Amino acid sequence: MTAEPILKARNLVKRYGHVVALDRADFDLYPGEVLAVIGDNGAGKSTLIKALSGAIQVDSGEITLNGRPVNFASPLAARQAGIETVYQTLALSPALSITDNMFMGREIRKPGLLGRVFKMLDHAEMERQARRKLAELGLLTIQNINQAVETLSGGQRQGVAVARAVAFGSKVVFMDEPTAALGVKESRRVLDLIQDVRARGLPIVLISHNMPHVFEVADRIHIHRLGRRLCVINPKDYTMSDAVAFMTGAKEPPAEALAA
Amino acid sequence: MTDLSKEEGAGEQFAQFEPVSRGPLAVLQRFLHANPTMVPFIVLVLSAAVFGLIAPNFFSAFNLSLIMQQVAIVGTLAAAQSLVILTAGIDLSVAAVMVMISVIMGRLSVDFGVPVPLAILVGMVCGLITGAINGLLVTLVRLPPFITTLGTWNVFLALNYYFSGRETIRSQTLDAEAPLLKLFGERFEIGGAVLTWGVVLMIVVFLVLWYVLQYTAWGRRVYAVGDDKEAAELAGIRTDRVLVSVYMVAGFIVALAAWSSIGRVGSVSPTSFFEANLQSITAVVIGGISLFGGRGSILGPMLGALIVGVFNSGLRLAGVEVLWQLFATGWLIILAVAIDQWIRKVSA
Repeated sequence: MTAEPILKARNLVKRYGHVVALDRADFDLYPGEVLAVIGDNGAGKSTLIKALSGAIQVDSGEITLNGRPVNFASPLAARQAGIETVYQTLALSPALSITDNMFMGREIRKPGLLGRVFKMLDHAEMERQARRKLAELGLLTIQNINQAVETLSGGQRQGVAVARAVAFGSKVVFMDEPTAALGVKESRRVLDLIQDVRARGLPIVLISHNMPHVFEVADRIHIHRLGRRLCVINPKDYTMSDAVAFMTGAKEPPAEALAA
Repeated sequence: MTDLSKEEGAGEQFAQFEPVSRGPLAVLQRFLHANPTMVPFIVLVLSAAVFGLIAPNFFSAFNLSLIMQQVAIVGTLAAAQSLVILTAGIDLSVAAVMVMISVIMGRLSVDFGVPVPLAILVGMVCGLITGAINGLLVTLVRLPPFITTLGTWNVFLALNYYFSGRETIRSQTLDAEAPLLKLFGERFEIGGAVLTWGVVLMIVVFLVLWYVLQYTAWGRRVYAVGDDKEAAELAGIRTDRVLVSVYMVAGFIVALAAWSSIGRVGSVSPTSFFEANLQSITAVVIGGISLFGGRGSILGPMLGALIVGVFNSGLRLAGVEVLWQLFATGWLIILAVAIDQWIRKVSA
């Protein structure tokens, strides 16, 4: 990697009482790549992701975005900096429509008096943009963009959440276990979606337990162990069982991966 | 990769809206899911039709306008209650706050010589303040809304007795010194039906809320917070701000109801509207707003209040004992919640 990391973290520390969830953890995400983050349960990978996406604040350590130090006080602050997260729970409001959900928190108002004085929303414009985003991601077979999200299938919901993140994420998209709740076919579509997003130049951080999925789409794999980055491997150079062995401590990672 | 997934046909399996054939019951379920006001609307039309048949004079302009007048106060309170219930909360303090504010407006005008418009303004501000107290307890102190408002209900009831000295301000006194306080009791006639400005106020409050909830970002956020607070927070909504604003708007509407109630009763009594609390919740529930938050149309509770009014009026005109009005209202609540539970089960 010759380019500078777009998102970089050094020596992140986060303690919960006596438990050290992050123990001088490092992180590097390069432009245009899919970086998978894997680790055993309790290795601290979700704490790492939460710290990077503003959901929690670290006790010490440094995070830089495009070389500039950042300190996100909330997910909202991270979003404003161009970092979007697709949460495992998706963070969609089931009773609201696809459009409402996509624009939740950044609604578009009508121009002129209606918008300024009566704060009227521009439903037509939001629908148009939502439709365009879904179409770009090949999801436009959702016919009724005003249907409630709870009437969609699991994969469709995932699609809406991803479309929202991609529509607004200008720098980085985090995806937390995007295929965990899906069947085979729907997982397939989500993996394709990840590759579509990468093709658009947007880097993705993929948190997943599913090794075949990780090895299929990731450019690099960040292996997290005991609260810190153990190593970063290239999926072409190692097998899945190697990765699992590193992750669980059954095998020592090679020196060159440690340096990465 | 990109080409491949596009060739695969823009998501044949992934996002297709499959034309699944459904039974008539499932079609009805989906229809009601998409149109939450239909249930109270159908119940209102049916009950009016039935009472029209069995009770003489039910459909007289006089009786219909009487029903409207009778539900105006509880209806306005129900509008405030709906906002709170949409956020998955509940406000048990609405009636106590309403009576307290009517006492404040009355006492300031009559006993303290404050100009009436100023007294009314103070009343409105009190509504915002009581709402802010509830809202801050729910958000900052993280108390459940039920407990918060159970507490503030008692607090405001006590303050109500304190401010009023347990004395009623009589109608004649108000007429002489503060006629503006009785504004919403003024009657006017349209085609044989006598309406009060209080009825108009109730309808206007509902229409304004409907617009705000449907067409503004704030309205959408109210639904989102009630639907799934964590999801709304993660989606970037400052849920605590939304909640506090909801309780404040509700408090303001309660203050309007307080003004309106003076006109309806004719006097200012610290012991009036004791049952209005639960009646407002009843109207909301029968109106199809889910107690679990995030679902239902704001216009439903207006229909809900009218349904209760129609039942009470119809049963009375039919010569049925008062206890059966309670009996009927009780079953209406249970039915409404059962239907809500059923509608919520709609999914892909």
